Amino acid sequence: MWQELRTELHPRGLEIVTVALDANVEAAQRVIEAAKPEHPSLIDEAHLVDELFGVVNVPSGVWIDEEGMIVRPPEPAFPGRSAYRMTHVPDNLPPQLKAMLEEAQKIRTEPEKYVAALRDWVDRGAGSEYALSRGEVIERSRPRPIEEAEGAAHFELAEHLHRRGQTDDAVRHFREAHRLQPDNWTYKRQAWSLADPLQGPTEQYEGDWLSDVRKIGAENYYPPLRM
Amino acid sequence: MILETLDLDFADLERRTGWAIRPEGACKDDRCVPLPGDGSGATVDARVLAERLNMPLIHDEQAGVWALGPEGGGRALQSAQAPELLLPDWRGDEVRLSSLRGQKVLLVAWASW
Repeated sequence: MWQELRTELHPRGLEIVTVALDANVEAAQRVIEAAKPEHPSLIDEAHLVDELFGVVNVPSGVWIDEEGMIVRPPEPAFPGRSAYRMTHVPDNLPPQLKAMLEEAQKIRTEPEKYVAALRDWVDRGAGSEYALSRGEVIERSRPRPIEEAEGAAHFELAEHLHRRGQTDDAVRHFREAHRLQPDNWTYKRQAWSLADPLQGPTEQYEGDWLSDVRKIGAENYYPPLRM
Repeated sequence: MILETLDLDFADLERRTGWAIRPEGACKDDRCVPLPGDGSGATVDARVLAERLNMPLIHDEQAGVWALGPEGGGRALQSAQAPELLLPDWRGDEVRLSSLRGQKVLLVAWASW
């Protein structure tokens, strides 16, 4: 998805690093292999970027300058077109999938705005109006009350136990992570997808993708870009 | 950070969280938080560190492991300095985010699910 933009902007000084938040490593590897990326394509089974940067949904982009300073904290990042947009949802799909795709059409994304800002920063660096001050980067990053920090610890424990094959124990900690960070979509969707690839209702979890998106309203799935 | 024991190895701690144990305490970026002792040795008690840095320490007794979470009470980014990120690429080779210094970087989190 990002290779096209990388081809355009790498000669102008930008490197792209993708990080797959996937406890199912093979699933991420298949997608990456098919995309034939020239940039580093990493796999983050335990969602460390949530803890380290404050990511809570995908796709999220973080801009880092030549000196290693963050100039934009995590925000919705789309490479010129949105994966959610379809010209037409086919009729012959299973009802759950069809309902999910129809809901996804209502999700707001702003790919053109994002890529225009990215190009501006690549060409103008610190002179770009989109490069934020250090104070603003911190201020715009996600607040982390102690409950959120506890949620991160439970998620890491859950992923660790899942990897060890202790599925029931993992579910307990996934549920705690969901309770403590209710608006973290990577924590929820990861756990749901391990129980049901379609992220539909299951016995293990109270929520599911369609119900949770409808609860907040699809238009609020991503915050508006502050650009 | 997953712990099999409460004796937290300095090097493991720094690699995973960026917190380094020095004579003046636990230090990261331009911050230092005093710890008991003089920073000598190779390990620190995870309970003491967690309390001083306001990090949750969650124990799963059955599994016999702990998880040390990030510092609570502030923001996800306490500094604009990009944290070190050490992860395998899709072929299994370790990559350090800091190895890309000197270029602008767009870090993109995505998922196959």
